[in-house]
Amino acid sequence: MLSLIALVALLAPWIAPHDPWALLGQPLAPPGGDFALGTDMLGRDLLSGLIHGARVSLLIGLASSTCALLIGVGVGALAGYFGGIVDRVLMRFTEFFQVIPAFLFAILLVAIMRPGLKSVIIAVALVTWPPVARLVRSEFLVLRSREFVEAARSLGLGHWQIMVREILPNALPPVIAVGSLMVATAILTESSLSFLGLADPNLISWGYIIGSSRSVFRDAWWLSVLPGLCLFITVLSINLLADGLGDAGNPLLRSGRDTAA
Amino acid sequence: MRLFTAFVAWLPRALLTLAAIGLMNFTLVRLAPGDPAAVIAGESGAADGAFIEKIRADYGLDQPIQVQVASYLTRLARGDLGVSYRSNLPVSQMIAQRLPATLILTGTALIFAIVVGTMLGIASSRARGGWLDLAIGSFAMLCYAMPVFWVGLLLVLVFSVALGWFPAFGMASLVPKQGLAYLVDVMHHLVLPALTLALLHMAVYVRLARSSSLEVMGKDFIRTAHAKGLTDGQVLRGHVLRNAMLPIVTMAGLQLGHLMGGAIVIETVFAWPGIGRLAFDALLQRDYSVILGVFFVSSVMVVLANLVTDLALRIVDPRIGR
Repeated sequence: MLSLIALVALLAPWIAPHDPWALLGQPLAPPGGDFALGTDMLGRDLLSGLIHGARVSLLIGLASSTCALLIGVGVGALAGYFGGIVDRVLMRFTEFFQVIPAFLFAILLVAIMRPGLKSVIIAVALVTWPPVARLVRSEFLVLRSREFVEAARSLGLGHWQIMVREILPNALPPVIAVGSLMVATAILTESSLSFLGLADPNLISWGYIIGSSRSVFRDAWWLSVLPGLCLFITVLSINLLADGLGDAGNPLLRSGRDTAA
Repeated sequence: MRLFTAFVAWLPRALLTLAAIGLMNFTLVRLAPGDPAAVIAGESGAADGAFIEKIRADYGLDQPIQVQVASYLTRLARGDLGVSYRSNLPVSQMIAQRLPATLILTGTALIFAIVVGTMLGIASSRARGGWLDLAIGSFAMLCYAMPVFWVGLLLVLVFSVALGWFPAFGMASLVPKQGLAYLVDVMHHLVLPALTLALLHMAVYVRLARSSSLEVMGKDFIRTAHAKGLTDGQVLRGHVLRNAMLPIVTMAGLQLGHLMGGAIVIETVFAWPGIGRLAFDALLQRDYSVILGVFFVSSVMVVLANLVTDLALRIVDPRIGR
C-alpha cells in the first residue's frame, strides 16, 4: 500500500504540469487567430476558445469551492465545537441539503437568479458544501476534547479564538484533500450547467463549447471531443493531486491493510 | 416488528424534510424575477390589468403569505403539484407520464453500476497490490473524472455514428413495435444512456467495494471460515459479500440525488423522454410549476430510497438498531 501511496504522490507532481494552469501564463489569443485546432460553426478559433475556457472553468471551480469551503467549514466547526442542540440543528440543515438532488437544485438556482457568473458560482457552492461540513464537524468533535483545547481554555481564550487558532489548523489536512476534490466536482458541475446552456452566455467555457457544437456533432466531432478532453485531463489531474495530498497529509488514514493479528 | 418501529420513527423526520422542501419550492418560485401572474398573463397573450388580477385570484396570489404557504403545502400533501403554465396540464400528470422512462434509465444504470462496481472492487481487493488492482483503480479514477455529457457524446460517436451498433436518440424507434419487439427495442435504445450514467457512478462503488471487502477479509471470522475448510468461493459469497455490501447499500442511497442529476444531462443528450428532459424543457420555457414539480418528486424519491436502503440494511444486518 505504501508503494501505491508513493506512486500516487510521485504521479501528482508529474501530472500537474499538464494541468491547464500552464496556459494561464500565455497572452490571451484573440478569437480568430491561429487555427491550430480548427474552428467552430461561426468561424471562431477552437484553440482560443479552449484557452479562455480554461480560465473560466478554473475560475468558477476555485471560486465556488472557496465559497463552499467557507460555508462548510463554518457550519461544521460550529456544529462540532458546540455540540448539543446547535449540532443537531445544523446537522438537520446539512442533511436537508444532501437529500436534495444536487444538480437539479443547481439548475433551479441558476434559473431563478439571472444567469450569470455570480449565480453559477453561488449555485455550485450551495450544492457542494455539505460533505465539507460533515468532515469538519467530525474533526472538531474529535479535537475539542483534546488536552490542548483544555489548556487553551484554562488560559482564558474565548470560544472563537480556540476554534480558529487551535482546533482549525489541526482539522485542516483532510479538509484540504476534500477541498481539492470539491474543485474537481465544481468544475464538472459548471461544465454540465454550461453544456445545458444555463451558465453565463458571455463567458466561453468548455461545457458551453461542447453544448453549442451538438448540432454539428456528426461532422465536426472535434468540437465536442477536444473540450471534453480538456475537462477530463483537468479533473483527473486535480483528483490525482488530491489523492497525493490526502495520502501525504494523513499516512495513517485509509491504510487498507489488514489489521495485524 | 423492528422494521415497523424503524419506519414509524423515520416518518416524522421524513415528513418534516418533505415539508421543508415544499417550503423551499414555494420560496424559490416567489424569488423568481417577475410577478408570476404577469408571466402567466403574458404567455396567454392577454396582458391587461383585469386579466392579471383574475389570474392572481385564480392562483391565490393575492392572499396573505401564510395562507399561500398553507394552501401550497396542503396541495402538495394531496399530490397536487399545480398546473403547467404552458400546457395547462396538471403537472402531476405530466410527471407521471414520464417518470417510468426515467426510472428505467436510472434503475438500470444504478444496478449496473453497483453490480459491476462491486465485482470489480472485490476482484481488485483480492488482487491487492497487483497489476489488476492498479488497472481497475485507474479505470475507476478515469471514469470518475469524465464529464457525464462528454462520455455520452463519445459513446454516441463511437458506437452509433462510427459503428452503428446502437441508436443515438430516443427511447424507441420511430415506428412503434408491439409486445416483445417493443421491449427489445427499448432495451436496445437503453444501452448507451444507461451505460454512460453507470460508468460515472461505478467508480464510487469500485472504491467502496474494494475498501469494504478488504476490511471484512481482515476480520477473524473470515479466518475461521477458511479454517473450517470452506473454499475461497464459498467464503466470498457467503461471508465477505454480505458484510461488504452494507456500506455499498448505504452509499447507493446517498448517491441517488447525484444519479437524478446525471439523468437530466443524459436525457438531454440522448433525447430520452424522462422527467429530467421535462424539467429542462420547462426551464427553457420558464415553466416554474413543472420544474418545481420535478424537483419535489425527485426529492421525494430520494427520501423514499433512503428509507428503503435503511430498512434493507436492517434486514441484512440485524445488529443495526438493536
